[in-house]
This record gives sequence, structure tokens and C-alpha cells, in this order.
Amino acid sequence: MTSAALRSRAWKFLELVTTPLLPSDYLDLVSPLRAGADLRGRIEAVHRETDDAATIVIRPGKGWRGHVAGQYVRIGIDVDGVRLWRAYSVTSPTNRADGRITITVKAIPGGKVSNHLVRKAKPGTIIQLDQATGEFVLPRQAPAKVLYLTAGSGITPAMGMLRDARLADVVMVHSAPRKEDVIFRNDLHDLVADKALTLKELHTDTDGMLDVAKLHELVPDWAERETWACGPAGLLDAAEAHWAEHGIAEKLHTERFRPTVVVAGEGGEVTFGKTGKTVEADGATPLLNVGEEAGVLMPSGCRMGICFGCVTPLKSGAVRDLRTGEITEADDGPAAHVLVQTCVSAAAGPCELER
Amino acid sequence: MTAIDPTAHLTDEQIEELGRELDAIRDEVIASRGEKDAAYIRKVISAQRKLELTSRGILLFSFFPPAWIIGTAGLSVAKIMDNMEIGHNILHGQWDWMRDPKIHSTTWEWDHVSPADQWKHSHNELHHTYTNVIGKDNDLGYGIMRVDEDQKWHPMHLGQPVWNFINACFFEYGIAAYDLELGKNLHKRRRKNPEFRARAKAVGRKIRKQVLKDYVIHPLLSGPSFLTTLAATFTANLIRNLWSHSVIMCGHFPEGVQTFERRSIKGETRGQWYLRQMMGSANISGSKAMHFMTGNLSHQIEHHLFPDLPSNRYAEVAVKVKALFEKYELDYVTGPLPKQVFSAWHKVFRLSLPNRKPKVKKTADRDKELVAA
Repeated sequence: MTSAALRSRAWKFLELVTTPLLPSDYLDLVSPLRAGADLRGRIEAVHRETDDAATIVIRPGKGWRGHVAGQYVRIGIDVDGVRLWRAYSVTSPTNRADGRITITVKAIPGGKVSNHLVRKAKPGTIIQLDQATGEFVLPRQAPAKVLYLTAGSGITPAMGMLRDARLADVVMVHSAPRKEDVIFRNDLHDLVADKALTLKELHTDTDGMLDVAKLHELVPDWAERETWACGPAGLLDAAEAHWAEHGIAEKLHTERFRPTVVVAGEGGEVTFGKTGKTVEADGATPLLNVGEEAGVLMPSGCRMGICFGCVTPLKSGAVRDLRTGEITEADDGPAAHVLVQTCVSAAAGPCELER
Repeated sequence: MTAIDPTAHLTDEQIEELGRELDAIRDEVIASRGEKDAAYIRKVISAQRKLELTSRGILLFSFFPPAWIIGTAGLSVAKIMDNMEIGHNILHGQWDWMRDPKIHSTTWEWDHVSPADQWKHSHNELHHTYTNVIGKDNDLGYGIMRVDEDQKWHPMHLGQPVWNFINACFFEYGIAAYDLELGKNLHKRRRKNPEFRARAKAVGRKIRKQVLKDYVIHPLLSGPSFLTTLAATFTANLIRNLWSHSVIMCGHFPEGVQTFERRSIKGETRGQWYLRQMMGSANISGSKAMHFMTGNLSHQIEHHLFPDLPSNRYAEVAVKVKALFEKYELDYVTGPLPKQVFSAWHKVFRLSLPNRKPKVKKTADRDKELVAA
């Protein structure tokens, strides 16, 4: 018998010993970061970057497969006891000697996770991780000339790339409200002193917003550069239009962060992902009834919110608890992460259910 | 459908007001649910796992009597914790709000022969929705006993003290049979129903795994202590069964608990539903440790009002609920465990015989009693 087969037999036997639990339920008590466990990480340190941004140093579990500079990682962290998932760009280089990774987070007003990470996260906390992913990366063959067009926390994936490999000709145009709001400002100026970076730093409180149409004034050869842009939607929309206008859309790579603060409404369009049905629902009809009327096979039970027999994954959007008015939003977590009781929840804006 | 309606003095308006006040109690807990509660259930789960592991480790040497006693006691407590404070409450969805897939009603499995999903259907959906409605809530005597005067007497009920004792000893099997609705489904026509067969198979698989673990694998691992470990796991299961059976009998069977007619729940409002839960359940009084070992089902009334609130909050909710009972002049049925267990058993014995007097007379008797009280 091969050692793999032997190990799988031994594991099967252990499962008989621990049933109905799994051997991993016991191993998790002592070694949550071991090989073979669900991917998790431990927060090792939190470094303040600006008033409202911080870098979180994470030791990933043994199953971590590494990342490509510019990619993001989804993390699940318990905020007030509730597990919430968000995606953040990895800001550490891929070859960091101690195997740790960092993410850099800017606290958004009303953002549950970002505020928790920046102000409350404590070293020692175990968080859930997912493998790094994302297409916002440098090609294997590094381009001769690079432009990073960033604003606010949009600097984070660019910083991951800047730190990862030294390229010959790199220009960065970065906007932030004030000097003290520029995340990584010292690191950027170190790179400038090292002649590794040409930096155009805009403080929009005093300099005004960047007019993408006038980019040539800051970077005369912008059109020759392979550009990576990340920041608020307004900046990215303007950049996409500008690059398209000059017929060089293929030279522009953008990364959009999902808006994390959902504005909840009354009712909305409900999509049933598996059956592909879409119907309009008001803010008072339980989603269970909405689904049944649309001919979707919905699981159901007590129809009064006590038996949890109807829970269904919410893939996107927001729903309102008809009893308490509480809003539940989908987030960046795994597929069946946010489960809602359809018998006591109504649409609070457009939403998608996994049925 | 008790002869005298103990809620007759309440107007419809009062009942709805009572409902609103109970909703407010629920909202308060939901709004303050957070990190502390999450830490609580994780601590309990972790403690249970460590206790079970340690106890089973000690039982590897169960040949030595002190090891047998300590290991058996530890394993009994671990199994009770698994079923009561952890399993029952997680399967109610009390901890779903944490969105931790490892502590969730849709993924949890317990140390019990009835598979979690079947139990959830019969317990959460049927028993908690139709609490104490005769003919709808099979928990009223589990289909083998008569626990209310208004349930029809059958000669089979003569043996119900015996049935109840056997059920208590093998309670987890009783529950599994009950969740399968064996009584109904063993009829010739229903036996072949593919849905029933699939469920019966799932129960079979679960029983096989449980039995293999407790009565084969762990004894084998104990080597020379094979027989003593076998006796230990059997004893632990027996203790767990007797304990949970007693606690659950106290929830709805003691004297003073009301039952309801099918007709009475037609078009029931939220306030009326709440009121039925209040009158149809009974509490157990006792120490913190006592509440913990019952999985906080000692707060049965509060649990039935708010089955999805985290169990660690029932104690604080109970203070407010009790005040509402007083305000609306309702009878809060509670008592220490021995008293409630005795009361429930007394009923099982008493109702094994047909009702002694015609109903009309009984009503009159009760009137007299009430006047005397």
C-alpha cells in the first residue's frame, strides 16, 4: 500500500473514532493553521499607516499557495461575533522572508470590517482566508514603461507590485485628500530617493481632483505606458473613457473594489440564480412567497421564522427581516455564506438567491 | 382545551399588546447579541470536546475502577453537553447569526442516533409551531402515551408507565423512531414510500456509526479494558438518555401545562401564538449548573417563546417574561427538577387509566378547586 493510501485509511479510521465530529474538529482546537485544515491565518501585528488606515500582518496557514503581486485575498473575520468577508489587496512582496503577508486597509465611514480591522483588530486573532486571486497583475514579461494611476486606498495593489520587483521605468500618479492621508507615503518617497519610482502626488483638498484628460501634463508619455489604475469608480470610469478615446484601451488595466456599503431600499428585483428566474418584489412580501409564486422550488417550514427550515443562500444584494427591520447584506464570502430565512425576509433592493 | 381557560380574562387587545411586549424583549436581545455570546458558545464547544477526549482517553484504562468511574462520569457529562446546550440549541438556529459554517444549523451533526435534519423537521417545524395542539404536536406523549385528559384512552395506555420507562432508557432511539414517524409509516402502504425509505436508511447509517464508535471501536482501542469500556459507554448513553428524557418531560407534561384544540389555532395571531407557548410550557428552577446541564431547556417557557435566541440569554429573558406573566395574571409553571419529574410521571400513571368522571363533572370539580384556592 502506498503511503497516501495508508494515510487515507488511517484518516477513515479516525473518522470512525470521532463521529459525528471529524478528526479536524479536534485538531482545530490545537492547530488551526496546520496543513490540511481549512485555510486560516493569524493576525501577527497591526501597523498604523495613516489616521484611518492600517497594515495587518497575517501569518497564513500551511495551505497558503502564495500570491502574485497585485492580487487580492478574501478574508473572513468575526466582527461583533458575526463572520464577515471582504477582499483586500495583498501589499507585501511575494518573496517576504518570514512567509507573512500583509493587507492594508482604509477605514470607510460605516464600513463594519474596515473599521474593525483598522481600530480593533488584535494580534493573535485567527481569521479565515481564501487563496489569493485577481487578474490585476503585471504580465510575466514586465513592460518597459509602467504607469500606476491610483487614488486613496487604490494604492494598495500598486504597492504590492512596486514592492515585489524593481522595474526600469515606473511612474505613479496618486491622489489623496491631504499629505497625511497618503498611505505608504514614506515608502513611496524612499523608492523615489532610490530612483526606483517617479511620483506625482496630488493632494486633492488643495490641488483639486485629477482631470484625467489632462494627464499628459503630468505624464507626457502616458499613452506609451502600460497602465494599472485602481481607485474610486469616478476615476476608473474617466480613465476607461480617456484610454478608449485614444484607441489604446488594451493598455489600461483596472481594478474595481465592490462597494461595501449597500444602500438598502424597499423591495426590488429578485433573481433566483439556479432557476434563472427574475421577478419584481415589494418590500413587504416574504421572499419565500415571491419564489413560490414564481414557480421556484423553495424549501419551507413553519413560515413564521422559528424553524430555520427555509434558509437559503443570499448571493448578492440585501434583504430586510420583516419582524425587526434588520438588514442583512451579502458579502465577499464563500457561496453559501450568508443564509437568510426566506419566510420572514423581504427584498431590500435588488438581490439574488441561490435557488 | 383544558376545561377552564386560564387566559379567559384577557381581551384580544391585551393579547396583542402582550405579543408586542414579547417582541420588544426579543428585539432587545437581538440588538445586543455579539462577541460575548459568540465567545460563550465557542468556549462551551471547546470544553465539551476536551472533556469528551479526556474521558475517552481515561476509559482506555477502564479496567481500573477509579478510571472507569471518572471516565464514565466525564463521558456522560460530555454527551449531555453535546445533546443539550450545544446540539439542540445549534440545530434550532440559535447561533446561525454568527455565520460560522462550523457552528450552524445547516451543518451541525450531534452525538445522537437521529440525524440532525430529521430531528430539525419534527422538532423545530412541527413541535415548536404546533406546541401542545392535540393531534398536531406529536411531542404530546410521543404517540405512545396519553398525557392529557383530552387525548382518547386506549387499552394500550395501561402499559404507558412501562413504555415511558423503556423510552427513557433508550430515549435517543425513541426520538429517532419518532422523527421517522414510524407508527404512521410502518403501515403497509406507506412502508414502500421512497422518501420514507431514504430517511429510514439515513437513520440506519447514523445508528451504525454511533454503535460502531461507542460499542466496537472505543472498546477495541481499550485492549484489555474492552468489556469495561463497553460497559462505560453504555452507561454514559443510558445516563444521557435518562437525563434528557427527564428534562424534556418537564417541559410540557407537568400539571398546570395547557393543551389546545386543533380548531383553536385556526387564524391564530402572533399574540395568540405567544400566549399558547406561554401556557403550554413549564420551567425547571435551579442553579446555574442545573440550567447549563439542561441546555437551558429549564427555561422552556422562554425557549418556546423565542426558540432562536441564544441559550445563554434565556436566564435574563426569564426575568422579563416572568414579569409579563404577573402583569397579565397568568400562571408561570415552574419548580425544582424532582418535583417536576414527579409531576410528569404522576400524570403518566394517572392517565394510563381512562378518565374517572365524565367531563362536565370534572369542570365543576375544577371550579370548586379554584374557588377553594
